[in-house]
Amino acid sequence: MRLRLEKRLEPSRTMLVMTPVLSVIAIMLLGVIIFDGLGYDGPQAVWELFFTPVLDVYKWRDVASKAAPLIIIALGLSLGNQAKIWNIGAEGQYILGAIGAAGVAFATQSMTGFWIIPLMILVGMVLGAIYAAIPAVLRTRYGVSEVLSSLMFVYVSLQLLSYLITGPWKDPDGHNFPQTAQLTDAQLLPHELWDSGIPPGLLVALIGAVIFYIIVSRTVFGFSVRAIGEAPHAARYGGFSSNGIVWATLMISGAMAGLAGVLELMQLTRLNLGYPSGYGFTAIIVSLLGRSHPIGVFIAGIVLAITYVGGQVAQTVVHVPNATAGLFQALLLFAILASDLLVRYRIRISTASSSSKGARS
Amino acid sequence: MSVAPRLELIDVSKRFPGVLANDRVSLSVKPGEIHALLGENGAGKSTLVKMIYGIQAPDSGSILWEGQEVRIAHPRAARRLGVGMVFQHFSLFEAMDVLENIALGLDGAVSRKQLDAEIRLVMEKYGLKLDPRRQISTLSVGERQRIEIVRALLLNPRLLIMDEPTSVLTPQEVDDLFKTLRRLASEGCSILYISHKLHEIVELCERATILRGGKVVATCDPRKETARSMGEMMIGSDLRDPARGQVSVEGPVRLSVRELSLPKPDDFGVALEQISFQVKGGEIFGIAGVAGNGQNELLEALCGEHLADLHTTIEVDGMPVGRSGPSGRRKLGLCSVPEERNGHAAIGAFSLSDNAILTARSRMGFENQGFIHKAGADEFAANVIKTFAVKTLGPDALAGSLSGGNLQKYVMGREIMQSPGVLVVSQPTWGVDAGSAAFIHQALIDLAAQGSAIVVISQDLDELLRLCDRLSVINLGKLSTPRPVGDVSVQELGLLMGGSHATPANSAGGIHAA
Repeated sequence: MRLRLEKRLEPSRTMLVMTPVLSVIAIMLLGVIIFDGLGYDGPQAVWELFFTPVLDVYKWRDVASKAAPLIIIALGLSLGNQAKIWNIGAEGQYILGAIGAAGVAFATQSMTGFWIIPLMILVGMVLGAIYAAIPAVLRTRYGVSEVLSSLMFVYVSLQLLSYLITGPWKDPDGHNFPQTAQLTDAQLLPHELWDSGIPPGLLVALIGAVIFYIIVSRTVFGFSVRAIGEAPHAARYGGFSSNGIVWATLMISGAMAGLAGVLELMQLTRLNLGYPSGYGFTAIIVSLLGRSHPIGVFIAGIVLAITYVGGQVAQTVVHVPNATAGLFQALLLFAILASDLLVRYRIRISTASSSSKGARS
Repeated sequence: MSVAPRLELIDVSKRFPGVLANDRVSLSVKPGEIHALLGENGAGKSTLVKMIYGIQAPDSGSILWEGQEVRIAHPRAARRLGVGMVFQHFSLFEAMDVLENIALGLDGAVSRKQLDAEIRLVMEKYGLKLDPRRQISTLSVGERQRIEIVRALLLNPRLLIMDEPTSVLTPQEVDDLFKTLRRLASEGCSILYISHKLHEIVELCERATILRGGKVVATCDPRKETARSMGEMMIGSDLRDPARGQVSVEGPVRLSVRELSLPKPDDFGVALEQISFQVKGGEIFGIAGVAGNGQNELLEALCGEHLADLHTTIEVDGMPVGRSGPSGRRKLGLCSVPEERNGHAAIGAFSLSDNAILTARSRMGFENQGFIHKAGADEFAANVIKTFAVKTLGPDALAGSLSGGNLQKYVMGREIMQSPGVLVVSQPTWGVDAGSAAFIHQALIDLAAQGSAIVVISQDLDELLRLCDRLSVINLGKLSTPRPVGDVSVQELGLLMGGSHATPANSAGGIHAA
């Protein structure tokens, strides 16, 4: 007996929507088995991880504030995904965004004015975009894969961050801790909007999702991104520049990651060594789980935020290790990639024993 | 007592969801016979052949090989019986070389050196020219086909199935191929020959089985028929010749190309050298040539995918466009249809409506300040489908779900209905059935009659001789002096097409070394 993969004529649209949902359910079941095997209370661990954050009103704010950066970054990445241009370095662009905003904050410490916050956002986004432009140059001029170069620049950004907060930008009143000075009131957005518990980032994510939806489905630019992803040669014949799309998608995703970095800085109020939290990497899972569709990304961002919050709950209640959330996120990525294969291909079981009766040997 | 047929099919049927692809088809091929299988696209030829080659199993009916009933479960079994096949769509790995691809098609392990020697022997014997060490991604369609032929011949087949083998050959090469096939037949090998080129079948085949709608509608001796009579049996109605009225080509020059030179796009591409020609309104200008002599490069240079050095190298209605991309040229009225339908002229995973947006967005006004007017694209696509009789569910159907002929009609219609001042098309009827081909030819003639200038790049000389007013031949990136169609013989054209191919193995090796 032999197993064989056979390409489906057309992937089922229902399954394209259903597989992310099924993936989440599958890893819940898998989680029960794993934790039971490890000697924990498996069902309870999974319950705390996935359901407590949803059912406990006091956790909603946490979920929302974690979902916001994930969604904002993943929206930018999903545009690149559709063009099959893979920005793996959003974490670096996210850090650069925060560094840009912190730089503005450093320079405006003694000032006030309504322009400071917009300037921080602008500089953060521009810096994120420029940082993502480096892999774009390498790809369009020298043919270097953006997957590798963008990832490698994450580590450069970590070094830059650590240099700045231990060196020139170190808080003079910080008891020698490696951190920047606290942002002033003129540099901070409100912690929540209209006392509703909704962090400003979530509103930005929502507006972002609407804008990206319009870009992808209604504009010639969105069309060109999809065309390049599906058939680069046809896109060129249609008058679209593939280099242009590489630049545009990388820089847009860089700017979005930078924006998330600025907003996160305003939540945390200062830069320190704990700032890089891996949102830029987790956002890759969010964009894939959300099928690179703005609505899907929004939902997927909340799901992944739940695993972060639930991981902490499960840690305190069931005493599972801290790495649990990361484990589930990785399992989720596997489940999506595996089910994607099955959506696009079918498995055929063929028996090798059959042969022609009249065959000569 | 007569000899048992090499292959006999009795009442073979195959049903797919929604279609009866083969309906009780019977057919018999004698040893050493060259047997034609004729039919329009969708008539069931491919399905039938796939069953003979073990790719699909018949639902009912029986297959007899030399008088014995056999069940051919997979292609390996077919090859063991002695069935060889040259496919219309090639199954080659792009990143590997010719030798590796042929080795992969063999069932046993053979050393590279030995295989190399065997390949060279077969190629020499049958006059097929190809460097076994070239990488597939750098080969033209014609060269890829030669690999498939060599691959099949290496197995010393006793029945060789050839699916549309001549579409990419020069007349001389076709003659050579026919010699090869006749020689194979005289050695006792049977040949099942699938082609749309009816005069080839008249010339080559001893018997023909004609399929229509999955059924055998006639069996005849092509030598006693004409191309026309067989064509009519095939489509089941009278064939209409494209009506080319008496045209006086006195219009203004609409397309002018002056000393267009472009370097090779990659190591194995063809550089264009000093190409100059002009096409007037109302004129159809043909460019003949063997595959891989710069046709793709020329089309891409004309449509704007590759830019010329000077803006004035290419002019449309007197306006320079040499440095404009595809969109800029389309705005000035230069539209084009490349050879490769899926992945170049159209995006298989996109709907027909989205494929209309791909090239017609600015001329037909589906684009407004960066936003797409979807309803306009739907309407235009529906219009193309109706006018060009494209068989499909509608504008939302995926381009990839259409058959080759239908997609070609759609793509041609999409460009023609933009009323281009200049239309450049490559291989407008490659792999398209006779009925659709006639339709496409008529549409080109009608467009020219409205005053457009048309450039047809094709490897099908009959097509060019029927359609064009003037002809040139492209060879190794150079264009011969254009000549009026009436003044030039097929033999002369053939010589021009093959002219610089005296030592192709050497030149290919040279490129490889460089």
